[in-house]
Amino acid sequence: MFKRIAFTVNGKAYNFEVDVRESLLDVLRNHLGFTGAKQGCSVGECGACSVLIDGTPYDTCIYLAVWADGKEIRTIEGVAAKNGELSDVQKAFVEEGAVQCGFCTPGLVLTTTAMAESGKEFTQDEVKRELSGHLCRCTGYQNILKAAEKSLEGHVCTCVDSPHYKG
Amino acid sequence: MYDIKGYYDAETVSEATALLAENPNLKLIAGGTDVLIKLHGGQLEGAELLGLRKIKSLEHIRVADDGTIVIGAMATFSTVFNNPILRELIPILTEAAISMGGPQIRNIATIGGNVCNGATSADSASSLFALNAQLKLQAKNGERLVPIREFYLGPGKVALNPGEILTEILIAPEDYKGFGGQYIKFSMREAMDIATLGVAVVCKVQSGNFAEVRIGLGVAGPTPLRCLEAEEYAKGKKISSETLAEIGKLAVKSAKARTSWRASKEYREHLVEELTQRALKIAVVNAGGAELV
Repeated sequence: MFKRIAFTVNGKAYNFEVDVRESLLDVLRNHLGFTGAKQGCSVGECGACSVLIDGTPYDTCIYLAVWADGKEIRTIEGVAAKNGELSDVQKAFVEEGAVQCGFCTPGLVLTTTAMAESGKEFTQDEVKRELSGHLCRCTGYQNILKAAEKSLEGHVCTCVDSPHYKG
Repeated sequence: MYDIKGYYDAETVSEATALLAENPNLKLIAGGTDVLIKLHGGQLEGAELLGLRKIKSLEHIRVADDGTIVIGAMATFSTVFNNPILRELIPILTEAAISMGGPQIRNIATIGGNVCNGATSADSASSLFALNAQLKLQAKNGERLVPIREFYLGPGKVALNPGEILTEILIAPEDYKGFGGQYIKFSMREAMDIATLGVAVVCKVQSGNFAEVRIGLGVAGPTPLRCLEAEEYAKGKKISSETLAEIGKLAVKSAKARTSWRASKEYREHLVEELTQRALKIAVVNAGGAELV
């Protein structure tokens, strides 16, 4: 069974028929070539497949492709500028050494991007909570948290123990 | 690819109930965080799915004129947690909501799906039990209200008849007004984990005595449950460490804990006794009572 859906990925419009059995991850990776979204656990535990849908992070392995109808999708491929210049969040991840094997990085960068663009204030605990849906088996998370806090500079408040706290 | 034979979308509740009446084999899918996992694991095969995601009217959360809290079944856990009304009136539900899964799961998983999945570990369940929630079930030819305690029949089994859809979760004013509550989820990790035990309590305090206590437990038996014996005992008793200790002991009697790979029966019973008391201590303060030292 097929259904026609229309959606955008990183600003580009698509309109085609998807198999109702497919996840959004299948469509992004196998039909559209957005392989920055990774297939990890396939059951919504690890966050490697996360993308932003209308600005909110979702796990695409457990998101049916037909649900993407009418949505704006942003993958890691759409985060850097067109000329290749990295976004502030990406730069923070590089500077803080928050990337090792890189498998979890697209998801973490996207969730951090959503937080940075929300303009909201976060406590350090809230930053941890917002990132808790992404598993990283390399870094031990400390550098990821530092990178996230750097990305949210000025928006992580009242955390005396934060290296970015400005008293 | 998922083992899905057909997928249909409904845009209104009446459209959904009509489609269900036509084809009783349709499996309802809300956020998909349980249904798709079952399809992935092979517990569900060749499913014909009826998607409820386009029914926007089921996402609303409001307080009716008579004070009844009405939560649309398609409200996500993120929506529940961030709702200022629920945070103020029934924080034991919003705290339960934020304890569930991780952010990406909370952004899509719905409270109605959590209830209809019938798991004893449903993070919303112990709070909804303690709050005496009522479920509005809609079929093509009418609707009915079912108390949540009568809805859970067994592991993964709920009293949803063929053709019915859970549309709203209702909490009456007499069940939350004047109560203080507390929710405790006990799990090995603080995120992305299933509860070893979930405890939700509400209480009403009157001049140093318990006027009313309700205790909801998750993962303490095959379904979420209430500790009626402990609740009955607590009525009118002086708020003291002795009373709390007795409530903890009686709560274990209502529990039907079993050994699973997550925890042994004995450990779960220990948790029931201990966490019921801890939750009640805080609930007393939240209900305006004096802190027990």
